[in-house]
Amino acid sequence: MLRVTIDNITIEVEEGTTILNAARKIGGKIVPPAMCYYSKLKGSGGKCRTCLVKVATTSELDPRPLPKLVPSCSTLVQNGMHVQNITSEQVLQERKAIVEFLLINHPLDCPVCDQAGECDLQNLSYEHGLEETRYEEERREFAPVNFGEKIKLHMNRCILCYRCVYAAEQITNERVHGVLYRGDVAEISTFVENFIDNDFSGNIIDVCPVGALTDRTFRFKNRVWFTKAMDAHRDCEKCSGKVVLWMFGDEIYRITGRKDEYGEVEEFICNDCRFENKNVSDWIIEGLRKIKRSSVISQNHYEKLTKQSIIKPIEGKMEQQE
Amino acid sequence: MSNLTNKSNIVSNKKMSIWEKMYLPAVVKGMYITFSHLFKKKVTLQYPEQTKPFAEIYRGKHVLKRDDVGRERCTACGLCALACPAEAITMIAAEKKNGEEHLYREEKYAATYEINMLRCIFCGLCEEACPKEAIFLTKEIVPSNFERQDFIYGKDELVETMDNRIDISKRQSAEVLEFKKNKNFKHNK
Ligand code: SF4
Ligand code: SF4
Ligand code: SF4
Ligand code: FES
Repeated sequence: MLRVTIDNITIEVEEGTTILNAARKIGGKIVPPAMCYYSKLKGSGGKCRTCLVKVATTSELDPRPLPKLVPSCSTLVQNGMHVQNITSEQVLQERKAIVEFLLINHPLDCPVCDQAGECDLQNLSYEHGLEETRYEEERREFAPVNFGEKIKLHMNRCILCYRCVYAAEQITNERVHGVLYRGDVAEISTFVENFIDNDFSGNIIDVCPVGALTDRTFRFKNRVWFTKAMDAHRDCEKCSGKVVLWMFGDEIYRITGRKDEYGEVEEFICNDCRFENKNVSDWIIEGLRKIKRSSVISQNHYEKLTKQSIIKPIEGKMEQQE
Repeated sequence: MSNLTNKSNIVSNKKMSIWEKMYLPAVVKGMYITFSHLFKKKVTLQYPEQTKPFAEIYRGKHVLKRDDVGRERCTACGLCALACPAEAITMIAAEKKNGEEHLYREEKYAATYEINMLRCIFCGLCEEACPKEAIFLTKEIVPSNFERQDFIYGKDELVETMDNRIDISKRQSAEVLEFKKNKNFKHNK
């Protein structure tokens, strides 16, 4: 076991843990944001640099600090390491700069984008971004592309996190799309258009942190904050069948995997569950999904109180008034 | 208890004198007051022939703006509906097709857009929420009507026509007007 201190909180972790995962073990505000790292995808991380942290003490044996900020998602902890995230002014400054870089070519057309309301980049720039842009040059523009019947690619919005590439490689049998070219002109592309018809290809929608890959069956149908999220499951031979239904009235508008607090799905679901079963009768509904109160999706969604410690005193008061 | 004003009269049950019992002087006095008002300045207004001046930023009926070349600005983002405290706004979005570039500004547009004027409290939060400068409240008022259904205003009533454009520049702050001059931003082109 290795002892590591992150923002003055010490924790013991196993050898081979990254700083980001150690921070996630602690949880709370000190977890660095991550745009490209995805714990369920091997090899992901190290692309976007939003997770940069400062290492003040490298290890017990070598107490010198590291000369530059390091990406926490791909740096392993060492015994006696001291890491600074939100306690370091420098980290916050540079994170601001990174967000500005990510947004250089980003259209920020959130009013049109289907991801708005559940977008990691929106959250990130809301928390760390500048209020206005300093970039006045033309942004690069691509026409939207269809990846088969069900998936739409808006290359404009892509931040080149490579998550979808890893997902296609690791959870589908064969990868048919990848990143072409390099640097400023790099783009996600299928070599043969309309070729993504693998059983699990839909998961690239869920892993995309932005609105670059979106569900065509949900395209412009509704905004996420007007829909109601319900946990549901069904018997499925191909996957666990555990999903979230995004409903409006009695209609299912969209089906996704269940995402945890870091925006990562708990289990990948198959295309049958995602695209084909949009009748309420296909599903066993477990109940309303818990949505963080800070999320816009929780707007106008009222929950029945079940916590007795809250209900009891109110009940007493109401009876008194009657 | 002390009086708030000195205008109140103490009511008493004292017997009226003969002079008072005749009533006639009181009637004449009342007629005189009524008659004298004929020559005073009127306080009422002959609505609807006459109207009071409206403030430039009066919050009345909404308008959905078009841009300089006549494309609808609204992109059906739903932020107005989200901001609306009265839940008066509903919309259905649609995708812009090839050949409709002159009709809609963005890739997505509002196929239907409805405001229920009975629910609306004319708070103007929709105007504030709109990222596309599409919806504004105007000096026009919403007329009364007989059917509830007639208070649900659709796009036919809300979208402005090109030959009868509504000036909203008075409603925008100096900073916004200044920002709009910067043509480097795609938003302003
Ligand atoms: S990807 Fe996110 S930040 Fe970009 S336009 Fe869509 S919602 Fe906005
Ligand atoms: S003025 Fe206020 S109440 Fe009326 S539609 Fe706009 S936000 Fe809703
Ligand atoms: S009027 Fe503005 S806020 Fe409302 S949907 Fe249209 S663009 Fe969005
Ligand atoms: S999450 Fe670490 S570099 Fe992207």
